Amino acid sequence: MADKTFIVRIKRQQRPDESVRWEEYELRYRPHMNVIICLRDIAEKPFTRSGVESTPVSYDANCLEEVCGACAMLINGTARQACTALVDDLEKPIRLEPLTKFPLVRDLVVDRSKMFEDLKRTHCWIPIDGTYDIGEGPRMAPSVQEKGYPLSRCITCGNCLEVCPKVNQRDPFVGAAIVSQVRLFNMHPTGAMHSAERLEALMLPGGIADCDNAQNCVKACPKGIPLTESLAAVNGQVLVHAVKSWLRGE
Amino acid sequence: MTQPKIIVVGGGLAGLMATIRVAESGIPVDLFSIVPVKRSHSVCAQGGINAAKNLKGEGDSTWKHFDDTIYGGDFLANQPLVKGMCEAAPAIIDLLDRMGVMFNRTPEGLLDFRRFGGTLYNRTAFAGATTGQQLLYALDEQVRRFESEDKVKKFEGWTFLSVVLDDGGVCRGICGMDLRTMEIRTFPCDAAIFCTGGIGVVFGRSTNSVVCTGSAQSALFQQGVYYANGEFIQVHPTAIPGEDKCRLMSESARGEGGRVWVPKQAGDKRAGKDIPENERFYFLEDWYPKYGNLVPRDVATRAIHKIVFEMKMGLVGEPAVYLDVTHIPRETLDRKLEGILEIYEKFVGVDPREEPMKVFPAMHYTMGGLWVDNQNQATNVPGIYAAGECEYQYHGANRLGANSLVSCIYGGMLAGPAAVRYARGLESGCENVPGAIFERERVRQQDITDALLNQHKGTENPITIWREMGDIMTENVTVIRYNANLQKTLVKLDELSERFTRINLQDRTQWANQTLNFVRELGNMLILARVITMGALARNETRGAHYKPDFPERDDANWLKTTKASYNDGNIQLEYEPVDTSLLQPRERKYTAKA
Ligand SMILES: Cc1cc2nc3c(=O)[nH]c(=O)nc-3n(C[C@H](O)[C@H](O)[C@H](O)COP(=O)(O)OP(=O)(O)OC[C@H]3O[C@@H](n4cnc5c(N)ncnc54)[C@H](O)[C@@H]3O)c2cc1C
Ligand code: SF4
Ligand code: FES
Repeated sequence: MADKTFIVRIKRQQRPDESVRWEEYELRYRPHMNVIICLRDIAEKPFTRSGVESTPVSYDANCLEEVCGACAMLINGTARQACTALVDDLEKPIRLEPLTKFPLVRDLVVDRSKMFEDLKRTHCWIPIDGTYDIGEGPRMAPSVQEKGYPLSRCITCGNCLEVCPKVNQRDPFVGAAIVSQVRLFNMHPTGAMHSAERLEALMLPGGIADCDNAQNCVKACPKGIPLTESLAAVNGQVLVHAVKSWLRGE
Repeated sequence: MTQPKIIVVGGGLAGLMATIRVAESGIPVDLFSIVPVKRSHSVCAQGGINAAKNLKGEGDSTWKHFDDTIYGGDFLANQPLVKGMCEAAPAIIDLLDRMGVMFNRTPEGLLDFRRFGGTLYNRTAFAGATTGQQLLYALDEQVRRFESEDKVKKFEGWTFLSVVLDDGGVCRGICGMDLRTMEIRTFPCDAAIFCTGGIGVVFGRSTNSVVCTGSAQSALFQQGVYYANGEFIQVHPTAIPGEDKCRLMSESARGEGGRVWVPKQAGDKRAGKDIPENERFYFLEDWYPKYGNLVPRDVATRAIHKIVFEMKMGLVGEPAVYLDVTHIPRETLDRKLEGILEIYEKFVGVDPREEPMKVFPAMHYTMGGLWVDNQNQATNVPGIYAAGECEYQYHGANRLGANSLVSCIYGGMLAGPAAVRYARGLESGCENVPGAIFERERVRQQDITDALLNQHKGTENPITIWREMGDIMTENVTVIRYNANLQKTLVKLDELSERFTRINLQDRTQWANQTLNFVRELGNMLILARVITMGALARNETRGAHYKPDFPERDDANWLKTTKASYNDGNIQLEYEPVDTSLLQPRERKYTAKA
């Protein structure tokens, strides 16, 4: 019996300033394949469906279990992680494209450093005094941990930014992921002492006021992070902070 | 001398901790990593981190943690450093807690602890089942803070190729490649700390991440750094087999009460959940009543092999056994294990809260690694330090679960200040080293790349060579080792190395060329594979994860010693040095006793 095969179509671009082309590959089907295995198969035999020799496809991946965030791309038009995209569940031909809201590097690789920069801008850390042994951390109610932990599972994949109508490569909106991180750090007993810095960063251009409440982000998040809840919570914190600053005449 | 210059290569837990310690002492750091550090392999760690904080009234102590670690490692680890790690562990947990790690809590708001393999105490702090991710993020955030103060400069998307050695053999800088522009460049420094993680990719499929190739370790080895105990490879008992990677089902599943079993009747075709309790064989509980499902990994892995291959009692249709958590309340599962159950659900498409999981052992961790001294994480080459999974201290012949994260952080804590002390003590810094020394190394590396780019007649596919290497390494150099098969493996590695000279690069572009980088890594992996196999072949005994049926006993008289591999003109040589057993007398390692 001939092997069962399926088709993968890939949007390729060798460099940001070069032209786009689509390539089609015919791959041998095996059970439990994911999109990463497809890309490895192509690297082993980089011949398109019509037999033309091409090059292995560039893509980002590391953990292969949806915890590092590297492998986000558009799969059949949907922003998601490639490692958890199982061939069995995907409509064929499978269509792979790079995310569009970030600068393209090559093929399926984009540059998401904007997200790391925004984490810096919004002071997303707990300012500790030093790494010396100065005793235990603050106590925390299990209920606070149970709220914080899901937020801290954000893998900086950028899918929530990809689907946001307000995020693009020209305007500075930080996007839902960053706002949700601000909520996380403001929730922590030590982090809360410095929440003003983070809220003020979110009151600048590109901050939370840019959110139009389209609510696409929460549906796109592979980690099920309650992003709309975070947006609402931080929006509330920003308003309170603004009123307090105004009352203090700052 | 002006301000010393320190480079850290690798931004997993070890590298980030080292970076923080150096930056904290006021010295700026250049931090290199292939992936953005927040995507380092440490994110994969699931179950937790050990520290004897004794918050459960069990009478646990750092000495008991030390004893469990040495015993679990079959007495191959040098003891003073391990003792130091166990004593530092409670304060490390406090530090991580202060950094904001969302550890699970008790009703009183204190840290919760669970039990892991190879101990009888609840000693493992955890943040759901994504502890490594949570710890890595906490350190990443601290480093980002230093970055915003210009104390750390990140070079993410760079790969390390080699160190720059002066004529006296002292490390004066590193040579790296920008993975986007493919530019090769040297960076001067007074000391370099390597924290480049695991080597799972050498075995093809493992629980490790894609960048865990050990390429950096191999490159350092080829430049004169010893590689120690390479033959000690941990195979984790419970993973979901996969074609791209084997996904771990953490020991924490058993720590929370998960049970391993097979049907009593071989060939039983019923679904796991339909097999009644009295028709199940809980072989770990039966064979090891005291530790039960929480025997150390080497013991559990061999037991599963025995069930599947010798007793032919594996599940129908595939080499696997059940890992069962269906008896644990859903609420507990979701609060403490969600991260891993979600992995099972997403990749297998079955809800493990309803049906027992099908698992099988997979290559997981290297106890061996770059040789470092017994106090400073310093290698034998002046100016080169190492910490984390890439070095060999702390775990002896077998690592206990949840001990790696703590050893990475502890190693980073030592390496940072030690590198600073060394750099401050140098008579003359890297700024006085002639430019020709750097240029020499850059040209050497550029030539290797150019040779690959210009080879137009190549016929060998890099992925194919890698697959063949991974297959033979997994078959012959993991759970069960026979000398004849190890010899065959060396012959196969010779063949692959020869074919490697005829590699077809497929992609000759000079922009984000991932194939070029992979091929360079593959060349290094082939050498590391040889070091591992030679170490295994030479060691005629059974110790921890190293199991030879033809030599089934531990042989302290001849083999209580550390393997040290060195590289001279293309030849790998093995020598040995004594293990520091000054604190605990070696005793027989046995987990079979009654409860
Ligand atoms: C699935 C899984 C679960 C685990 N669970 C646990 C657990 O519960 N508890 C526990 O204690 N341990 C656990 N471990 C082990 C533990 O996660 C690792 O040993 C540990 O995270 C290694 O950390 P590291 O800092 O040494 O390296 P890594 O986190 O692997 O980081 C390596 C760094 O080096 C960089 N790098 C590598 N090569 C180069 C190069 N050539 N040039 C530049 N940069 C380079 C990478 O980009 C990365 O930043 C687990 C391991 C796996 C695979
Ligand atoms: S919030 Fe969700 S979608 Fe957005 S970056 Fe984080 S994990 Fe990805
Ligand atoms: S490879 Fe890490 S999320 Fe897919």
